[in-house]
Amino acid sequence: MSDTGLPLTIIGGYLGAGKTTLVNTLLRNAQEQRLAVLVNEFGSLPIDADLIEAQDGDLVTLAGGCVCCSYGDDLMFALTKIRNMDPAPDHILLEASGVALPGAIASSISLFGDDIRVHGVVTLVDAETLPDLLSDTYISDTITRQLKSADLVILTKTDLAPPEKTSLSRELVGRHAPSASVLESKVDGIARILLLDDVSVDRASDLDIAPHKIPLVTNTLSMTETVDADAFAKTLASDPNVVRAKGHMVQADGNRVTLQLVGGRYSITNAPKTAQSGIVVISKSA
Amino acid sequence: MITVFSARKILTMNPQRPVTSHVAIRDGIILGTGTLDEFEGWGPYTLDDRFADKVLMPGMVEGHCHLQEGALWSHTYVGFFDRMSPEGEMQAGCKTVDEMLAKLAAAEARLEDPDAALPAWSLDPIYFDNQKITRGQLDAISSTRPIGIMHASGHIMNVNTKALELAGLLRTGINHEGVPLGSDGLPTGELRGPDVMSPVSIHVGFDRDMLSCDEPGMWRFGKLCIRAGVTTATDLAARLPEEAVETLLRVTGNTNFPARIVPLRFHHGVSPEDLIAHVEALAPQSTDKLRLGRIKIVVDGSIQGFTARLRAPGYYNGSPNGLWYIPPEHLAYILETSLRKGIQVHTHTNGDEATQLVLDTMARVLRKAPSLNHRFTLQHCQLADTAQFRQMKELGLCVNLFANHHFYWGDQHYDLTVGPERAERMNAAGTAAREGVPFAIHSDAPITPLGPLFTAWCAMNRQTATGRTLGEAEKITLDQALRAITLGAAYTLHLDNEVGSIETGKRADFAVLEDDPEEKGVEQLNETRVWGTVLGGTVFAASDV
Repeated sequence: MSDTGLPLTIIGGYLGAGKTTLVNTLLRNAQEQRLAVLVNEFGSLPIDADLIEAQDGDLVTLAGGCVCCSYGDDLMFALTKIRNMDPAPDHILLEASGVALPGAIASSISLFGDDIRVHGVVTLVDAETLPDLLSDTYISDTITRQLKSADLVILTKTDLAPPEKTSLSRELVGRHAPSASVLESKVDGIARILLLDDVSVDRASDLDIAPHKIPLVTNTLSMTETVDADAFAKTLASDPNVVRAKGHMVQADGNRVTLQLVGGRYSITNAPKTAQSGIVVISKSA
Repeated sequence: MITVFSARKILTMNPQRPVTSHVAIRDGIILGTGTLDEFEGWGPYTLDDRFADKVLMPGMVEGHCHLQEGALWSHTYVGFFDRMSPEGEMQAGCKTVDEMLAKLAAAEARLEDPDAALPAWSLDPIYFDNQKITRGQLDAISSTRPIGIMHASGHIMNVNTKALELAGLLRTGINHEGVPLGSDGLPTGELRGPDVMSPVSIHVGFDRDMLSCDEPGMWRFGKLCIRAGVTTATDLAARLPEEAVETLLRVTGNTNFPARIVPLRFHHGVSPEDLIAHVEALAPQSTDKLRLGRIKIVVDGSIQGFTARLRAPGYYNGSPNGLWYIPPEHLAYILETSLRKGIQVHTHTNGDEATQLVLDTMARVLRKAPSLNHRFTLQHCQLADTAQFRQMKELGLCVNLFANHHFYWGDQHYDLTVGPERAERMNAAGTAAREGVPFAIHSDAPITPLGPLFTAWCAMNRQTATGRTLGEAEKITLDQALRAITLGAAYTLHLDNEVGSIETGKRADFAVLEDDPEEKGVEQLNETRVWGTVLGGTVFAASDV
């Protein structure tokens, strides 16, 4: 148990899986959230010039309070800078490079202890190219490792891929990431799921997530009773249909805590004093 | 003004006049070699006989090293082997853990600022029976200032409690394979891998950009070049931001700076498109002593760090395969675009799978962008087999092999990383020569010391530190080795038209030796004493620096 750490989501996946599109969408839809987005390099991320408020080397400040940082080959240094930002961002989104292993990145970030908490590894895969990548001499084991470390796998471009490719990809994801939650979605749908942060109970009902193929259901649990937070989180995390959850609850000892959950991974931290009880849960309608 | 140097012997590496006694130079360029009467037609000259008892050979070319070696000498050297400092002090190697700790304690005692960090480098516990160093041992030296010791491999660091505290790592509950824990649940102070070292290294006095070099470091590097007989040296993985280029231009522009520097822009941290644009912008800023406009791509990791990409049958100890540091698509883009634009690319590949990826990719992009003399060079290329050398030849690739590696870590490769058969074929210079692949050999300084004559000795003898010979068939001859450290390396940089041999029209770059390498021969070449260098006609004596 600790003070609230900076929540961080890792977005992994090979070239072409939709990571950059996702980062773009996130930046455009941040609304009142202050996002810190880390990318390997700016090159592939076209940021609209009129969005840029200031640029200082590898750190770009965007209108609305979001920042975007390119970390090159020193992710840990970039994260140290983000951690020391004042005011602190609400959420860090880390776009891993195409050949990076998100599991190894998560492990490194754990060195920040309570300051930064990985609350999810999201691996994107392109439904059309996944079968080829998994049979590629050079890259297949990298893709396998990216899938294995995912809490949430998002199969993208299912609307573009031939149906037989999509179903093959679906099967391959099931085989290589058996414990991860799997979603099929267009990128803008994912953005909203990932930004489910700082959600108040009221805003949750406004969520309009319409992913491809599998419908999602958003439930709000009022959490009026005290609970064993860890046991509660474990139950949610072990439910294969639960994709994402976030909110606050009060434990039997009177401590108010925040739950962050992505797929099978969750973290529980001390909640801000003003936090209202209530947890939003997004799940696949089984 | 024409100067003629006389020498006991001049090894020209020019087969038309392989051995002569005099060399005439004007404005930094060689007019010719031969006898005094052959120079008459050039006009009046001054005869300089200060090298009358010395042996001259072409200034040596180190095709894979880093200016960082100069920066590291501002820290305490704690390596196992004796190593010459830039100032010419032979620093005794630390043969036991206690000797290392004593050297650190002495360095600590010299620090006046009580908060100053104490950085040290080149620790190699493999020579101490892999005895682990603990933070407690370093705390005994100082518990108030941060201490950090970089291992020789560059992949591991040992730090004291204060350093862990400053980096926020002195706590229980850490769960990371690169951070071993003691019985108290706290880190032991050993940190493995760049992600783990990075948050701590800045607190113990290492630069964040480990490969960078400041101005004093460059001058120290220059001194090392003079002592090693090197007149052209690469800086093989440079980011080259504007400030760094300004420093490089300023320092190399000084007539007292004794080396030509060839920095290669490395691919990390920029998009492939921006990388190409950056080197295109850098190229026109080149000067005689600073050659910009080349690219270095790091394809995989290291063998001893188990991050190199190996083909079947993989690592000898069963470690999982290593890591890619660039997606194959980006590699293909950079190679193809560079071929079209005439930009030279060197690729770091340690494992044979990484080498194969470059070979396959080159075969594909050369069909799209045919190029006759690209001289793209595979760097390290430690595990390539004979078929891969044949492919290099077919594709017009060069190779620069890590000959020193055998001496320092050959036994470890034999016992642990790749096993006996592949340890014997590592850095297969003999195969490169047999298959006709243009090749060089290197030190990767600061990983191993800058010293082409020692590197040549390693490639000829293939001995490990314990005396085992690794790969009789891959030994090369004296002629091949001397060529590899001069013309061979120059060829991989497209500089063989300017340097690498002593012949008319080329730059007056010489290594000045006390001993004759041909007399020293295969077994004693490493004992050849270097007097200094001549760069573009300017004399640099090791005794003066």
